[in-house]
Amino acid sequence: MSDRRLPEFIPWLPFYTLLQKEVRRFLRVASQTLVTPVVTAALYLFIFGATLGTRISVLEGFSYAQFVIPGLILMAVVNNAFANTSTSLFMSRYLGSIVDLLVTPLTPAQFILAYTLAAMLRGMAVGTVVWLISLPFATLPFAHPALVVAMALLTSFLFAQFGLIVALHADSFDALAMYSNFVLMPLIYLGGVFYPISILPAPWAGLSHLNPLFYLIDGFRHALLGQGDLSFATAFTVSGLMAAGAFLWAATLIGRSYRLRN
Amino acid sequence: MTVPALAIDNLSKSYDGQQAVKEISFEIPPGEIFGLLGPNGAGKSTTINMIAGVTRIGGGRIEVFGYDNQRDYRVARRLLGVMHQEVVIDNFFTIDQTLKFHAGYYGVRDDPAWRKRLIEQLGLGPHLHKVMIKLSGGLKRRFMIAKALLHKPRLLILDEPTAGVDVELRHGLWEFVREINRAGTTILLTTHYLEEAEQMCDRIAIMHHGELIALEATGSLLERLGTRGVVVHLHQPLQTLPAALAGWGGRLDTDGRAVRLTLPPQQTAGDLLALLCRMGLPVADLETKRAGLEEIFLQITKDVPAGGGNGS
Repeated sequence: MSDRRLPEFIPWLPFYTLLQKEVRRFLRVASQTLVTPVVTAALYLFIFGATLGTRISVLEGFSYAQFVIPGLILMAVVNNAFANTSTSLFMSRYLGSIVDLLVTPLTPAQFILAYTLAAMLRGMAVGTVVWLISLPFATLPFAHPALVVAMALLTSFLFAQFGLIVALHADSFDALAMYSNFVLMPLIYLGGVFYPISILPAPWAGLSHLNPLFYLIDGFRHALLGQGDLSFATAFTVSGLMAAGAFLWAATLIGRSYRLRN
Repeated sequence: MTVPALAIDNLSKSYDGQQAVKEISFEIPPGEIFGLLGPNGAGKSTTINMIAGVTRIGGGRIEVFGYDNQRDYRVARRLLGVMHQEVVIDNFFTIDQTLKFHAGYYGVRDDPAWRKRLIEQLGLGPHLHKVMIKLSGGLKRRFMIAKALLHKPRLLILDEPTAGVDVELRHGLWEFVREINRAGTTILLTTHYLEEAEQMCDRIAIMHHGELIALEATGSLLERLGTRGVVVHLHQPLQTLPAALAGWGGRLDTDGRAVRLTLPPQQTAGDLLALLCRMGLPVADLETKRAGLEEIFLQITKDVPAGGGNGS
């Protein structure tokens, strides 16, 4: 019945298959993974762009909508890159379907890369749509377009790694939600999405420098508006180091099959 | 010399200081249907999971067609197809979508003709548009077998493939397994239906308390350990079992009209009949029945205490 000759082995195909499956997974539930975050961002834009924002000014020479839109775009990138890896890998572990991957010739590098690229794709896609729907509210100068893209990619990469790490450590859906609600959300809201850190009183401004999101949001806003609290060198160096650290952490866990193989 | 389809050497595994698999060794030549049997908790699934790469190896080594499943894991896993005991549900895709991309995980391009053949052979055609949760238990198992075969493995591991599957379907599945075996795929299977293992397997290994306590050709295992049961029907009922029959594992039926005995391999029914005549028992009829794998299995596992296997 079966052909005794072994079919040709294509070394990159396991990676491509997992990437394709991960992308199709989030497209399959697009109402949750793509539409919901866009609707949330649209509501923020309405509140801060068309209503409250017209009465607030926090950055010299820019409307509040112009100030807040970069933060909202990056928030969408962060949330969606994180949600994609954390939910998908945790669900696979929880439901047991991870064995379908563990028995295959997929290498740890291919495993990380496929999950990461799918998460980056979702983060970048939602971030792009948020930018598009922000157009009626404000025009952004795109002062350093290449750095805008670089910071968005770096952010999506970093939070894809964070999602992988959380998915491997979480034991339940509650634990997964806890990371999202009690770690990620406070970091985002206190990282300078809605206000510049420079307007905070001294101890809070100093403390905000310990928030990793501050460097990402400030760097991204700086690239878009041409103004920021930090220099590009500081924002990109700290963000790059965080991304490298998160990648090493995730790679170590997956390389050792932490909580994947017993 | 032919390279074994599977070579296991001193394989062991512990969980929290408890040895689940204790230095077992065996080989499966290409083309064989090999049964790995044992009660729940014997170490079968742990062994299979170590072969498949789902569980880390505690000690020893595993080779699939000569490829070390740790050092050369990409080739070893490419040659292996595994159908797990646990039904894994992934409801994001219909079974058709899953079958179309699943071979890719093994670095193998989708072969539509082969996929179509598996779908037909396993009767999945009318259900392709369904997600897995909508399938019956039997269909889920058949789908899992199809998934395990999409990349054309040379060694197929089936862990309890017919658990919870009705009789008719079980026969169909076994017929399918025989067919892929005839086409050259080596099979390693576990099953709780010992009668099926008896009919299907060329050789059988029995695990108990993490050890291999028996490993031989199915026929010779049945021959060597195959005691026969004998029922002696009597004209007149007996009140008590004669003392001379106690050594034959004798047991009197409640109405006293039949004695059930076990005939050891070295004794014949003639020997027993002669003994019964000497005792003057009113024998009306005598039925013999060869013990199946079920009885052998119970006998072996009952006789071997934890830590007492020979690991042969």
